[in-house]
Amino acid sequence: MNVLVILIPVSLILGTAGLLGFLWTLRSQQYEDPHGNAARILLEED
Amino acid sequence: MSASCPACVSAPAAMETAQAVVPNVFLSVPSIHCAVCIGKVERALNSMSGVSAARVNLSLHRVSAVSNRPMEDLVQVLGGLGYPAFPFDAGSLENSTDKTGKDLLLRLGVAGFAMMNVMLLSVAVWSGAEGATRDLFHLISAAIALPVVTYSGQPFFRKAWSALRFGQLNMDVPISLAILLAAGMSLYETLNSGHHAYFDAALSLTFFLLIGRYLEHQTRAKARSAAKDLTALEDHSAKRVRGTKVETVPVSQLRVGDQLLIPTGARVPVDGRLKDADAITNRSLLTGESDPISHDRNAFLSAGEVNLGHPIKIEAQAVGCDTSLRQMASMVETAENAKNTYTSLADKASAAYAPLVHILSGFAFLGWYITTGDLRQAINVAIAVLIITCPCALGLAVPAVSTAAIGRLFKMGFLIKSGTALERLAAVDTVIFDKTGTLSVPGRLEGLDGLTQENQCIVKALADASDHPLSLAISSALPVEGVTLTDLNETPGQGISAKYKGQNVGLGRADWLGGNSRDLTVKIGQALYPLSPTEIIRDGAASCVTEMANAGLRTEILSGDRKTKASAFADQIGVDAYAAELNPSEKFDVVHKRSVDGEAICMVGDGLNDTAALTAAHASIAPGTALEAARSAADVILIRDSFEDIPKLFQIACKSVQLSRQNFTIATIYNLIAIPIALAGFATPLIAALAMSTSSITVLLNAMRVWRTA
Repeated sequence: MNVLVILIPVSLILGTAGLLGFLWTLRSQQYEDPHGNAARILLEED
Repeated sequence: MSASCPACVSAPAAMETAQAVVPNVFLSVPSIHCAVCIGKVERALNSMSGVSAARVNLSLHRVSAVSNRPMEDLVQVLGGLGYPAFPFDAGSLENSTDKTGKDLLLRLGVAGFAMMNVMLLSVAVWSGAEGATRDLFHLISAAIALPVVTYSGQPFFRKAWSALRFGQLNMDVPISLAILLAAGMSLYETLNSGHHAYFDAALSLTFFLLIGRYLEHQTRAKARSAAKDLTALEDHSAKRVRGTKVETVPVSQLRVGDQLLIPTGARVPVDGRLKDADAITNRSLLTGESDPISHDRNAFLSAGEVNLGHPIKIEAQAVGCDTSLRQMASMVETAENAKNTYTSLADKASAAYAPLVHILSGFAFLGWYITTGDLRQAINVAIAVLIITCPCALGLAVPAVSTAAIGRLFKMGFLIKSGTALERLAAVDTVIFDKTGTLSVPGRLEGLDGLTQENQCIVKALADASDHPLSLAISSALPVEGVTLTDLNETPGQGISAKYKGQNVGLGRADWLGGNSRDLTVKIGQALYPLSPTEIIRDGAASCVTEMANAGLRTEILSGDRKTKASAFADQIGVDAYAAELNPSEKFDVVHKRSVDGEAICMVGDGLNDTAALTAAHASIAPGTALEAARSAADVILIRDSFEDIPKLFQIACKSVQLSRQNFTIATIYNLIAIPIALAGFATPLIAALAMSTSSITVLLNAMRVWRTA
């Protein structure tokens, strides 16, 4: 059961990291233009 | 000497970053559809001096940029590339970020992450963690769940409170109760080393229900945004004449006494008095009358009339709220207040569900307390009953179906603006159409076909040489070669005259050519041939009426046009009945009275004279070419020109009501299975989580079946 002392904090940290990642996507407005973001990869950069 | 100190080198770059990058120009560009378009548009705009940070939003078909050049320049550049652009009125486009949607998405995300983490810990408990380990896991779950429930559950708590304040119950009341009691009871159990904690159930509830809310919001936001694009297509600016200068100003800045220039084909922006000698306008959007009307100097022109003739000058008489346009809009407001509030399917379901669930829960509590005397156990069972009655399936039942249906209809060219539009469309038994501009669109000029071949060639030559706006229509309607004319002489506003083989020929106003009326006429030698505009049936309208009749819907026409025209048209298209020469309030009266008598009417109209009727009807449709007021009043906007798909709209609406009812049945079946389990005390958190997930997924999958209709 000692492994729980490591595992529980690790899972919590990973969960929080996921949440922070989601918050970042919201803040950088990545949901504003899903079609545009998909199409832009086909643009040729000069 | 070239800059060599570090500050001089870095200053320009720093200044650029410091400058505002908030876009100040927004354009609607409907024809952007792929990556190449994005590249072209952004490159073209960014290469203009004074324009930077141009960015295309492909999902919304918009371009935003930071620009200190007037909007017309950008519109011109894009038009030259082949992308017609339409500026958004600064007031009509709210801040381009959608606050409520983002807020819901954030709460949804937080609830989702918390739910997953707590589920991890719960599975450990369900797999047989005991004693101190179990208590530890419960405590950690509590630490995660409680703040998240407080944050993510707020949309429900707020709505529930706003209903309870007036002694009402809505769907959010049992939802909020379930979430709060589950969290609260679980906390109590945790602190007292209990066996069962329902934190994952509380969070799952929040998560699934927020999905439902978000879906509802997104479909509505999409339709609103598309409706704004249609508004952008209209011109909200007017040309004001000051001395010799003509300046373009927003309509909101016009004052009484301003001299305005109305170009050919433009709409009169405010009520005014005609300063020129004469004018020809089209009033069909105001009255439904399809014939053009001639005016003399000092005639009164209403806001909304379309100038058909040469450019004219008017002096503004009434602006803003005083125009007859606005006065008709206020008639719409009165109609809205007179309308009965419609109880949607979702409201009906929650009216039945909410009290029932609370009563059951109360009985469970009493039953257990009386038989066992164990207060804690009684409370646990009561709360378990509340949770397991699966408000998420009910909360998802209608939004899931309407999202799928509205998405499908969007692809077919229908913008559904109202949440309950589908249900109301399904209940319709009579469809009433407006005539001018809705079922009928302007057609050829009559009288051209009656001319001899030679005369047609003469007319074609005259039309080609003339600058009159109608001359283009005349010319394109004649598939013949024009002959050579001599002595061409055009008098703006009156007509064009010439000589052909020694004869005098002319095209223009009859009284200028020697006749009596002001109608458009052709003169060959001494003979006068009048040309009158006709209407033709809109593409797909005839098949629409036939299919509706086959589907058992009654079809009628209410028109503001003359009886003879309306009657002929009604016979041609095959409707069951018609009424003519109606003014706007008479149209409203007909629809209102029959609605009160119990008919469920769907009104289809495009003009200002239809707006009050559109609001009074049970459901309403407006074509995309309709006046802005009609488009705002209607529940559904048809973007395509053809009416051919309207019967399909009714079919899909009926199907979605059917699927919603099926979803309610599915939710009820789950409840019938789950409630006895809960009442018997067997509803462990595991069972609750399973029931919730399976019922929600089943409901969502069933909703997708709307894509398989017809």
